[in-house]
Amino acid sequence: MAMINEPLYPIAVLIDELKNEDIQLRLNSIRKLSTIARALGEERTRKELIPFLSENNDDDDEVLLAMAEELGVFIPYVGGVEHANVLLPPLETLCIVEETCVRDKAVESLCRIGAQMREQDLVEFFIPLLKRLAAGEWFTARVSSCGLFHIAYPSAPEALKTELRTLYSQLCQDDMPMVRRSAATNLGKFAATVEAPHLKVDIMSMFDDLTHDDQDSVRLLAVEGCAALGKLLEPQDCIAHILPVIVNFSQDKSWRVRYMVANQLYELCEAVGPEPTRSDLVPAYVRLLRDNEAEVRIAAAGKVTKFCRILNSELAIQNILPCVKELSTDSSQHVRSALASVIMGMAPILGKDATIEQLLPIFLSLLKDEFPDVRLNIISKLDQVNQVIGIDLLSQSLLPAIVELAEDRHWRVRLAIIEYIPLLASQLGVGFFDDKLGALCMQWLKDKVYSIRDAAANNVKRLAEEFGPDWAMQHIVPQVLDMINNPHYLYRMTILHAVSLLAPVMGKDITCSKLLPVVINASKDRVPNIKFNVAKVLQSLIPIVDQSVVEKTIRPCLVELSEDPDVDVRYFATQALQSSDQQMMMSN
Amino acid sequence: MKGGDEEVATPAGPPQPLDWKFSKVFGERIAGEEIQEVDIISAIEFDKTGDHLATGDRGGRVVLFERTDAKDHGLSRRDLERTDYPISRHPEFRYKTEFQSHEPEFDYLKSLEIEEKINKIRWCQTANSALFLLSTNDKTIKFWKVQEKKIKKISKIIADPSKAVGNGNVASSSNSNSPKPFPTNGVSPDRSCNHLGNDISFPPGGLPSLCLPVVVTSQETNLVARCRRVYGHAHDYHINSISNNSDGETFISADDLRINLWNLEISNQSFNIVDLKPANMEDLTEVITSAEFHPAHCNMLAYSSSKGSIRLIDLRQSALCDSHAKLFEESEAPGSRSFFTEIIASISDIKFAKDGRYILSRDYMTLKLWDINMDSGPVATFQVHEYLRPKLCDLYENDSIFDKFECCLSGDGLRVATGSYSNLFRVFGCAPESTEATTLEATKNPMRRQVQTPSRPSRSLNSITRVVRQAETLGVDANGNSLDFTTKLLHLAWHPTENLIACVAANSLYMYYA
Repeated sequence: MAMINEPLYPIAVLIDELKNEDIQLRLNSIRKLSTIARALGEERTRKELIPFLSENNDDDDEVLLAMAEELGVFIPYVGGVEHANVLLPPLETLCIVEETCVRDKAVESLCRIGAQMREQDLVEFFIPLLKRLAAGEWFTARVSSCGLFHIAYPSAPEALKTELRTLYSQLCQDDMPMVRRSAATNLGKFAATVEAPHLKVDIMSMFDDLTHDDQDSVRLLAVEGCAALGKLLEPQDCIAHILPVIVNFSQDKSWRVRYMVANQLYELCEAVGPEPTRSDLVPAYVRLLRDNEAEVRIAAAGKVTKFCRILNSELAIQNILPCVKELSTDSSQHVRSALASVIMGMAPILGKDATIEQLLPIFLSLLKDEFPDVRLNIISKLDQVNQVIGIDLLSQSLLPAIVELAEDRHWRVRLAIIEYIPLLASQLGVGFFDDKLGALCMQWLKDKVYSIRDAAANNVKRLAEEFGPDWAMQHIVPQVLDMINNPHYLYRMTILHAVSLLAPVMGKDITCSKLLPVVINASKDRVPNIKFNVAKVLQSLIPIVDQSVVEKTIRPCLVELSEDPDVDVRYFATQALQSSDQQMMMSN
Repeated sequence: MKGGDEEVATPAGPPQPLDWKFSKVFGERIAGEEIQEVDIISAIEFDKTGDHLATGDRGGRVVLFERTDAKDHGLSRRDLERTDYPISRHPEFRYKTEFQSHEPEFDYLKSLEIEEKINKIRWCQTANSALFLLSTNDKTIKFWKVQEKKIKKISKIIADPSKAVGNGNVASSSNSNSPKPFPTNGVSPDRSCNHLGNDISFPPGGLPSLCLPVVVTSQETNLVARCRRVYGHAHDYHINSISNNSDGETFISADDLRINLWNLEISNQSFNIVDLKPANMEDLTEVITSAEFHPAHCNMLAYSSSKGSIRLIDLRQSALCDSHAKLFEESEAPGSRSFFTEIIASISDIKFAKDGRYILSRDYMTLKLWDINMDSGPVATFQVHEYLRPKLCDLYENDSIFDKFECCLSGDGLRVATGSYSNLFRVFGCAPESTEATTLEATKNPMRRQVQTPSRPSRSLNSITRVVRQAETLGVDANGNSLDFTTKLLHLAWHPTENLIACVAANSLYMYYA
């Protein structure tokens, strides 16, 4: 029936499936929109495909989202920038849909297209579109319009510029909080395109409105605006207009706004510059560190190091350190945890003496915290302190902390500390490790929880990498291989896993002399699960060892396993044999 | 403002008592008809504009009604203003659509059946001419979009059949709703085209033999309800309330012990803002019965408890709002304590007035109006069915005492209404000096049972009790009407701008206007 030439056939399918019942097929077609467009040619794309897509605005969100994304890169397919304006109508309708992610994508694509459009086209097509959206009946249109001003404004003639500024200021006072939020979010971008005189007058008055908004959700977005506007203004204007706002925000009634200040503090400091930071923002920051609301303290505590980096060490010791001490005994574990995750970074800022004198007691108390996350966070950043004061001062307290974490009854905690063992090993050195941590690493291989055993096997490998095969031969391999005789098959399996991980690190000699015999031995295990794991391990060893060893030892063992009564054992053994055949063929 | 048993008699204040008239009934019961359990309406809510009304029932369905009087006329506001109607128009509603919101489920972890019954419906901000609403059963909240869709047909108009524009396909016309539409480009949909790379070269003018599917949009529309988001797995206990925030991006859901805050766009996480659960459940003394956001201040919300208190909390103060900003409760009159005191003090519903200054609460026997600036006591108390007080014992025994009556305020905040037994509901004037207190019955003749309550000094309460006692034996109430504890009017809603009350009697929805 089909009279289509074979090469056209797939294109025809794609086009048909733009309207298929199945959303997956529609999605697939939309994703290949550029192919369809190329098949139709530029002119028909402009005249048929784009209008067709404009009609297609009530499809499922996933399809609309994909469409919004594709249209953003569609300029080449409609005939270049001089025809870019044909892409605006379908995106305009997508700017009004109720699903936020579709609107956002449509705005993004519009910006992308607008940035390439010729100036006269912007004035003729883009700005009218923007004005339509900004005056839209539905708030969704007005929300979308806020994100387009920064594209339209630079190309607009003087009169239109005035109009656009007025429009934006209306959006900043819209009845709908959603619109005001969007206006607040996009203010920084828009402000960056506005000329300096208007910036100081018009934009600042809009900013003022937003900072006094009743809705917390609007005000907290204005906090971000502080940073963006601060960078645009002259330093003295910034200090005059932005700094008081930041200080006010840091004392806002709503904890969410204060939280934003705490979170954005570094950017805000950058915006106002170092001097005002020292004079005005230090007190504000100290207040945030002592905020009533734990969430605010969490955010503030997490920025301690970044903030101190802006200050000199003297100011940091004088103002911030007392707060840090308080926070280290905060009633909220999350505050302490946030502090623990950054406090080690303060060591390089404060220098050796201050660190030993002031920070060390805090480290030590956090290392003894009842909440494992706090201890883990300290341990994870050990390297930063090591550089400043060396590990010796800490190691006394470190070991009990590590041991306790290693034996924590929550397996996730144990898992976390295992992750840090290689780091600890490298920081603490071989000697310390041999004495204290080696036994722990072996103990984890016999953990009750699979994830821990799995991580422990990996850990063994990473240690071998860290300290080298010779060390591993002495301190790891014998201990690991010992455990192959464990009565429980799950533990024997862990050892096989560890062997397969260790082999590439240890090299072929040790693999042949030490590891391989153990694996071959395990092929006689009474548990089929062990046996098929042997087959898997052997398969992984094939590339490591010499061909002769494969022929002499591995293959006979696999052949034997391939005749095992158990079907799984036979399956994996056969697979391993096949891969060894391939290996041989390749090497020949 | 004056509380207590007001009489209907003569209007004293400026607002005249309203003369309620029957407007419409949906799902009226035919005499002798058995009520199906699933048809019983369990939630009712007007949207902000009052153009739509939604009800939810025990069968998990949501039914939407739309206002017709303003729309049908097709006149602009200015025209309406010019046409000087005497006082003929009142809001009228008609059935719009319905959809199945919740299905019965089974929680396998806890071995619990989850009923499909809709506990609450809340309207959300409309966008893009579609309607949005939240509906909840005991455990799961759903966000619905209801939109009119034009029926589209995919067809191919073929100019020259011999040349087959449709890429060689026989002309096919199929409704997009049919299971397997003929592809316009003449290929079966199972052929994969994933091998198509971008390296294929096409002639610069494009391939003229290809064409796009033609979509014919008919004038017919149908309403499609689509579930956009499901907010689940956040409540251990039964959800009793949901409420939208004025910021348009968040809402709360409350169960017996906790209140969670959600972002409308994020369905997989919520923040717990109130948690009454004690470490030891034996220490539990009260549960949350209802919660609502302030209509304008995004940071304020109120929740009521089974102990008869209302707590106002300020989300600005802290992330966990276990400590309240303000507590409203009435101090107990000394000596009046009885076994039932605590049970009947339990608040079944609270509503903010439109301006957000007042909160209306309903407990078993009374309606109370609170000024959020005055936490010493209610500014007004209205007795809903004082004649039941002597019968609390019976009501306790048949569990009626735990019935959860809802309450509502008029858009202008001058009147309040709530339900009672025998399908009665009462409307009180709460403006200063108002003595309005009307009793209506949810039937086509709402004033049928209304008897002028004899004005009586409260001192004569004893004698009335006696009357009631006598009446009880006869199965009639103080007004000589029979009392029926099985027909209770629990749910009702006041139109946001007009004097129109929609109330629910079992499976029927009655509307009255004044």
